[in-house]
Amino acid sequence: MKDQKSSDVRIGVFICDCGSNIAGYLKMPTLVDYAKTLDNVVFVQENLYTCSEGGINEIKEAIPRENLNRVVVASCTPRTHEPLFQSACEEAGLNPYLFEMANIRDQCSWVHMREGEKGTERAKGQIAMAVAKAARLRPLNRIELSLTHKAVVIGGGVAGMAAAMALGNMGYEVDLIEKQDRLGGLLNDLNLILPTHEPPSVLLDDLIGRLENNPKVAIRTNSTVKKVEGYIGNYVVTAATDGNENKIKTGVIVVAVGARVLKPAGLMGYNGDRVVTHLELEAMLKQGAATPKSVVMVQCVGSRCEERTYCSRICCMTAVKNAILLKENDPTTSVTILYRDMQMYGVENEDMFRRSKELGVRYVTFDPEKPPIVEDGKVDVYHLRMGKQISMPADLVVLSTPLIAQEDVGEISTMLKVPLNENGFFLEGHVKLKPLDFATDGIYLCGNARFPSTIREAITQGLGAASRAAGVLSKDALHTSGIVADISPETCCGCLGCVQVCPYGAINFFEDRGVCQVNKVLCKGCGGCAATCPSGSARLDGFSSDQIYAQIEKALAG
Amino acid sequence: MSSEQFEPTVVGFLCNWCAYAGADLAGVSRLQYPPNLRAVRTLCSATVGPHQILKAFQKGADGVFVGG
Repeated sequence: MKDQKSSDVRIGVFICDCGSNIAGYLKMPTLVDYAKTLDNVVFVQENLYTCSEGGINEIKEAIPRENLNRVVVASCTPRTHEPLFQSACEEAGLNPYLFEMANIRDQCSWVHMREGEKGTERAKGQIAMAVAKAARLRPLNRIELSLTHKAVVIGGGVAGMAAAMALGNMGYEVDLIEKQDRLGGLLNDLNLILPTHEPPSVLLDDLIGRLENNPKVAIRTNSTVKKVEGYIGNYVVTAATDGNENKIKTGVIVVAVGARVLKPAGLMGYNGDRVVTHLELEAMLKQGAATPKSVVMVQCVGSRCEERTYCSRICCMTAVKNAILLKENDPTTSVTILYRDMQMYGVENEDMFRRSKELGVRYVTFDPEKPPIVEDGKVDVYHLRMGKQISMPADLVVLSTPLIAQEDVGEISTMLKVPLNENGFFLEGHVKLKPLDFATDGIYLCGNARFPSTIREAITQGLGAASRAAGVLSKDALHTSGIVADISPETCCGCLGCVQVCPYGAINFFEDRGVCQVNKVLCKGCGGCAATCPSGSARLDGFSSDQIYAQIEKALAG
Repeated sequence: MSSEQFEPTVVGFLCNWCAYAGADLAGVSRLQYPPNLRAVRTLCSATVGPHQILKAFQKGADGVFVGG
């Protein structure tokens, strides 16, 4: 008989062979015998595959039969299989947080394939650690949250419109908040879109028409966001329309505030008259202004420099497009593009580039160390290939300036508690894994607000963000994880240490009582508060100090 | 029990979202490393305070790894 320290804790250990993935490398009988010697373990079972229906049933049957109140599975990784085993516990009437895993496959048998003996020792250690932690687990509850099945889209450019349209078509009520007096954003100011040669109004009229006819979409032009409160499923957005404030309840928020074109004051002789930006050129072309005889375009003005290190991605395409349109208007116009590198990715853009050359557009590379010099009626540039300074006539100089962040992104990012990057563009949750989500749940991102994008990319991202948002809205209710921090009000001294380290703004200080309290909905269970709390009042259930200490002790007991 | 060769024990605190995932990936990729690690999963390296690290040394760890 073994020494049972706390007789009310009854742990069942299930050790998985994973076919030959574990059993082929580790000594399973040794592990089974060892597990039986561990404190509080009353039942040990080896399974061929614990995650198979048979294995799951063995867990579900053993819980009532052996009167288990803790379950440990030694198998693969909790990152993939914890939810499955937790639900097995739950179905057998055991709180799912009274479950613990020992990773003896991904982090043991698979990485110690040639060291069966020592690998088995490590597995014994990991099982002992899991059992010691399991003995200290406490039942936890997931919190059910109400969910407002509505969306708010901030920004009525093409990305925001695409997102609003998609959500509206899925049947969700959408409030589309646009700062200006009309939808469309930057697209309103463009001349023609290649490769279709269509004015943007064709696309815009169609999108706006469909939005206006969608009974689920409320368009709020001349509106700005004043305040955002709440959390996923339960946001309240205060929007001001012509000075009248409205509180809009919503479950999710899509950020599509777009960007603006840099006006290159003080750069390359910019004057808005004979030296203009591409946006200004498009306005001139739209009004049917006479085509100048000689045009020089300069790329990367105000971008890829010390102040703004990024490439704005879309200016090369814009320059090539406008060069083609100028040439199509009047083939005798000379058009030269001074560039550092051409960014013309994709099949259509490559075709456009080729066509511009067929039309006689000249391309000259320049060295950023020796930038072009714009003077009245001419541009001088050091020609890298010829190795000398050349001069070219220029009735009109067009500067490719980057898209830069909107002026009010700081306020929006503070209101939503979402981050910006060093250039003021909104920063997604993860560059590859969560490109349209923020780290804050229930807030999504698309279009130029994230980074300069083409119309097609903006629409794609708008649809993607809508799809991510719908993933939340399609649920009946939301559940938070049970693994959240808790602060004992009896011992909390109100030092605010936890408030300062919490990355999610999940801890509030109540001045009247002088204590800090965790908002369990916002808490992500990182445990920063628990590690910081000088009085040990903050505790992360499921990863608490006593549980971690128990694991450390067992890790070093062998 | 112990062989003459020094066999250190390293306690590793692995963040569920990165280092622990990386350790899983090492397994999936069948990368081989010495079995001297004992991994403690945490939901974030923020969980690991000086107390946990000192405790590990106190209990005889030869090294502590915090991956996050």
